[in-house]
Amino acid sequence: MITYALIFAAGCYGLALLMNLWRIVKGPNPADRILALDTMVIDVIALLVLYGIWQGTAIYFEAAMLVAMVGFVSTVAYCRFMLRGDIIE
Amino acid sequence: MGFVTELLIAVFLVISGVFGLVGSYGLIKLKDSVQRLHGPTKATTLGVGGVLIASMIYFFAQNGQLSVHELLITLFLFLTAPITANFIAKTYVARHLRPRDLPDSTSEYGWSVYDDPPETIRDE
Repeated sequence: MITYALIFAAGCYGLALLMNLWRIVKGPNPADRILALDTMVIDVIALLVLYGIWQGTAIYFEAAMLVAMVGFVSTVAYCRFMLRGDIIE
Repeated sequence: MGFVTELLIAVFLVISGVFGLVGSYGLIKLKDSVQRLHGPTKATTLGVGGVLIASMIYFFAQNGQLSVHELLITLFLFLTAPITANFIAKTYVARHLRPRDLPDSTSEYGWSVYDDPPETIRDE
């Protein structure tokens, strides 16, 4: 039962990643693209935790934590660049 | 692992998958850029939260000891999601609205996206 639920959840997040990619390609302005990239990072975190359950190891939590931190920093850096034309003033 | 535990884990996984899908579907369905900020909040809170609760139950049932460091990811996401949303909204305002489109800021200074910080004005 857990196997089927894992496959279902991974399929949902894969489809969500494709939708985010559509918004990145189409998105009329930079704010949409930043938001879609941030959502992609969150979906990847969920997929990493799902893969950790699938493999039965707890190693992937550290990877998910690192992806969360790097995703936050990159989103903020992209927004700063769009706002001020510079990341660190 | 008992039947009830497996059912609980599967239910949390399915809930999380559905909410992740709903969040990204909102991202492509909603019309306006500021409206689109609503969609991914569901994926952030309920999507990732459901996956992490499911994995906490799974590893508790497997190893017999409760691990708390899954909650760190949830805590980190809850802390950073408002900051990210604020930055994205500021980016949208700075690039797509002019100062005369915005309402008055109801203080003696203007909006922070367009005006200098108050300390700079006081020094001059």
